[in-house]
Amino acid sequence: MNAIEAKKATGIGAAVRRKEDFRFITGNGNYTDDINCPGQTHAFFVRSPHAHATVDAIDFADALAAPGVISVLTGKDVAADGLGGLICGWMVHSKDGSPMKTGAHPVLALTHVRYVGDHVAVVIAETAAQAKDAAELVEVTYGELASVTAVAGAQASGAAQVHAEAPRNTSFEWELGDKAATEAAFKNAARVISLDFANNRLIPNAMEPRAAIGDYDKGTGIYTLYTTSQNPHLARLVLSAFVGVAPENKLRVIAPDVGGGFGSKIFIYAEETVCAWASKKVGRPIKWVAERSESFVSDAHGRDHQTHAELAVDANGRMLGLRVKTIANLGAYLSTFSASIPTYLYATLLSGQYDLPAIYCEVDGVLTHTAPVDAYRGAGRPEATYVVERLVETAARELGIDPAEFRRKNFIRKFPHQTPVIMAYDVGDYEASLNEACRMIDYDGFPARKREAEARGMRRGIGFSAYIEACGIAPSAAAGSLGAGVGLWESAEVRVNPTGSVEVMTGSHSHGQGHETTFAQLVSDRLGIPIDNVEIVHGDTDKVQFGLGTYGSRSGAVGMSAIQVALDKVITKARKIAAHILEAGEGDIVFEDGRFTVAGTDRGMAFAELALQAYLGMKFPTSEIEPGLKESSFYDPTNFTFPAGCHIAEVEIDPDTGVVRVIKFVAVDDFGNIINPMIVEGQVHGGVAQGIGQALLENAVYDPETGQLLSGSFMDYCMPRADDLPSFDVGVTTTPAPSNPLGLKGCGEAGAIGSPPAIINAITDALGIRDIAMPVTPERAWRAANGL
Amino acid sequence: MTVVAMQVNGKQVSADVEPRTLLVHYLRENLLLTGTHVGCDTSQCGACVVHVNGKAVKSCTVLAVQAAGAQVRTIEGLADGDALHPVQAAFKEHHGLQCGFCTPGMIMTAVDMLRRIPRPDETTIRHELEGNFCRCTGYHNIVKAIKAASEAL
Repeated sequence: MNAIEAKKATGIGAAVRRKEDFRFITGNGNYTDDINCPGQTHAFFVRSPHAHATVDAIDFADALAAPGVISVLTGKDVAADGLGGLICGWMVHSKDGSPMKTGAHPVLALTHVRYVGDHVAVVIAETAAQAKDAAELVEVTYGELASVTAVAGAQASGAAQVHAEAPRNTSFEWELGDKAATEAAFKNAARVISLDFANNRLIPNAMEPRAAIGDYDKGTGIYTLYTTSQNPHLARLVLSAFVGVAPENKLRVIAPDVGGGFGSKIFIYAEETVCAWASKKVGRPIKWVAERSESFVSDAHGRDHQTHAELAVDANGRMLGLRVKTIANLGAYLSTFSASIPTYLYATLLSGQYDLPAIYCEVDGVLTHTAPVDAYRGAGRPEATYVVERLVETAARELGIDPAEFRRKNFIRKFPHQTPVIMAYDVGDYEASLNEACRMIDYDGFPARKREAEARGMRRGIGFSAYIEACGIAPSAAAGSLGAGVGLWESAEVRVNPTGSVEVMTGSHSHGQGHETTFAQLVSDRLGIPIDNVEIVHGDTDKVQFGLGTYGSRSGAVGMSAIQVALDKVITKARKIAAHILEAGEGDIVFEDGRFTVAGTDRGMAFAELALQAYLGMKFPTSEIEPGLKESSFYDPTNFTFPAGCHIAEVEIDPDTGVVRVIKFVAVDDFGNIINPMIVEGQVHGGVAQGIGQALLENAVYDPETGQLLSGSFMDYCMPRADDLPSFDVGVTTTPAPSNPLGLKGCGEAGAIGSPPAIINAITDALGIRDIAMPVTPERAWRAANGL
Repeated sequence: MTVVAMQVNGKQVSADVEPRTLLVHYLRENLLLTGTHVGCDTSQCGACVVHVNGKAVKSCTVLAVQAAGAQVRTIEGLADGDALHPVQAAFKEHHGLQCGFCTPGMIMTAVDMLRRIPRPDETTIRHELEGNFCRCTGYHNIVKAIKAASEAL
């Protein structure tokens, strides 16, 4: 295969089969639990069985005497070593300018436990079974207190208090938008459509449970932490600068193969903190692997909003204004990014795809005695899309306008477009994706299909969702102005070896997204070298200098752009070297398809030959050009990106059983340019499945009296199975993003963002009802279908 | 402690384990065959599926002693040297995996499925996958891969 053929097969735009697959399909993956350190011990956490209690005494004498037990540590030991608490890295201010309120988040509980699953003590033993057995012997004396798990009532005076520092359990009362302009818009409205929704609480359930190994080296004083992280550098920064486990230069964090994240592995949790810290205390490596029941109670949950929303429309069906009041459940502690999710990642997207002149949104962030709530696939944007797209569909129906037509009438058509809620949309063509989705689902044929279903006694409905989201939350200064505690750029280092093969160190982290393939496609394409000559290195703070990791669908738009900029620098330097060797002016050197040539001549050299010369350093003046070929970039985009698209669901409901079947699901997305269509489609499939899960199956339920998590296992929490889902029809439209050099927007979350309202709009259409609560279980659908 | 011996991927093996040791832990911890994963503790997710005497079994539901003397095959023993099993090849070709954590269990389940039902339709494949969770792919490409493998076998 020559360079041109190679580019076609493995370059940008090709559906390259994944480089990482071989190890996974042959059982040679390297997940945290697959790693064993010599002398390793095992940790098991004693967790609170109560939603809210004082911790009066911990008697672990029997546990310490149990077979194989090495140590039992509690919050007192953490405090004695001067460790700080876990932090929230995003600051939100209330309307009155006061900073968000919360109490301390100790690594292990000191005086109180605040949710079922809260960490009380850790037992470290020779084997995992011994640690677990001994944990049962730890006698904790609790003083049980009243608890509150739902936002309803949590702000009432007299409600059980989560933290004394946050009166009325209210962390913040935040607002966005122009209140007066919105009030005026509503005064002029011909019609106001209002709805009350719950956005149901979800549990991420990546298939690999969280895990960690802490390994302290007495000789060097260096801690190595293996952990299931989407952002190992952030874990290192927080554990060093805020928790104080070790200075940053004495802490190496490795996130090896990670089995899915969906947001839940962004955050810095108690367990990995304890494994790292305690490995010095016990003088041996400590491994912890979550049991699934621990994942349920202690991984950060997602969503959990209660919202009242109103849309003002004029007599011609033009949207005039949107007014939203949301109460967001934050759980018992503010997790790493939690404050940003129901605020800046939510209300900023409330304009949807529509030319909405006025928006005002209020969000109360409320603390409850439940697991912390933080980013879960989509993170704020699914909640915003649900508000907008449920209201828009309802408005269209109540105005008697076709829902596609109502959307067309109100689409933003001129770019750039400044919304009333911070975002400046740079590019898009919303009608193109709507039209393509209508074509793919045969929208015109729907009435006939509905009649045919009715003849069989089935209720058939169709529902739209024209979503927009924001990815690549940057430039860093913009994110900082909204409260971010870290910059949101990304780094890349391109190391060319003397033989012309390439290693790329990236600050992004792949846990299913296929970066080892897509990032290598970019390098192969730009340098004209075979994809097998490219190695993508990530997930180790010793190898990659710094990076912000993978979440918010940022790895393409930000992570790959950093690689692109570093590649530009490599090519610039290589061209200089080529000019000396080929004895031509630098301006006459053309680099194309892996060869440097002198324009208009047959003189040239392959990339690999040039790489060797760069390292030999003999044929160019090293006083002017340093030998070697390695460049890096810290890339900060100029704007967020705005993936958008249209999802349409067609469902059939059996009124006798209430079973909802998704007959057809069409997703047409504008992700800008696409590096690997196979991987992009896979991301859409997975996202849509999670969105359908939210709409039909999944619900995290706490007992309102006891605060126990009732949906605490796969028996009780309904994960989508293969026979719950259809095959999906995925299409694309393209407007390249102008804010990054590759024109990428991000595709990781769109499926989960766009799909839930499409499903609910289809169900309400099928049943001829105004609203129905997620998840639409057969019981709920059956009741609605039968007017019960 | 109990000495438990069995044949794993064609090799005779033996280890001294606590009687309560589950087959999955025997494979992972004693034999260091870490391709078989633990994704839940309640036999729901199927990440731990291996073959015991030719049948797909959730190895987190079986005590190692129950498999004493059995023929066990894990994901590590599926390929014939460097030649991938057609189900493995189909998962790669059709992007039937993302994070890879459920994949060994999915593949072992699919191999057993196709042994029993050589030409399953989409509905049958989806029904047969009821015991295996995947959180990444939405199952779309897993179903496609199994269908393709059934045609290749």
